[in-house]
Amino acid sequence: MSKKLAIIATKGTLDWAYPPFILASTAAALGYEVEVFFTFYGLSLLQKDVSGLKVSPLGNPAMPMKMPFGPDWFKKINWNIPNAIMSIVPGFENLATVLMKQTIKNNGVASIEELRELSQEAEVRFVACQMTVELFGFDHSQFIGGVEFAGAAKFFEFAGEADVTLFI
Amino acid sequence: MNFDKDLDARGLNCPLPILRTKKALAEIGAGQVLKITATDPGAVKDMAAFAKQTGNELLSSAEAGGEYVFFMKKK
Repeated sequence: MSKKLAIIATKGTLDWAYPPFILASTAAALGYEVEVFFTFYGLSLLQKDVSGLKVSPLGNPAMPMKMPFGPDWFKKINWNIPNAIMSIVPGFENLATVLMKQTIKNNGVASIEELRELSQEAEVRFVACQMTVELFGFDHSQFIGGVEFAGAAKFFEFAGEADVTLFI
Repeated sequence: MNFDKDLDARGLNCPLPILRTKKALAEIGAGQVLKITATDPGAVKDMAAFAKQTGNELLSSAEAGGEYVFFMKKK
């Protein structure tokens, strides 16, 4: 019988979107049976359009601020911008997101859409928390196909038998 | 080394080399050999871990000029 991986995905920012999909798709490639339960802000990761996912340098004090273009010496500079300044400059989050997306592209790292598709192709099951769908006023039509809608008991049905369980 | 299929995973980063390897292995028969070329240094440990967990045999793993070449025999 194959091993099982259960993941709870609770974050909806671009940086936190990666771990659930990377781990789910890799585990599936290793022969694991995988189920990911998306709840709270994690629901954003199941929306048809994920181009709006952002990364915020605020509250991420360890996030390197580096430029994804220019000569090597320039790319290596870590721009140490105080949180207080980031928080008052309009559009700073958008700028950080643009830079992050470019860095992702430059490094041959897959997009969220691609990893999500690869996960589904590998038969990873996606479950969306119905309670949070209602809480945040989402509509089922906003989500990609193949998503099941259920509650916490559904998570435990699978997680109770899982070999690895992760809360992300 | 002889091989039956060639996978170019250059420029791809984790976990894509592993996912592409899995897919490429599905396209060959048992006992056939897949050659994988990657540039992700993390792939060295990952390919070995993939082989160990899936039962496919990693025949060789070598580095030359910043590229990593693997030969994997399908279970």
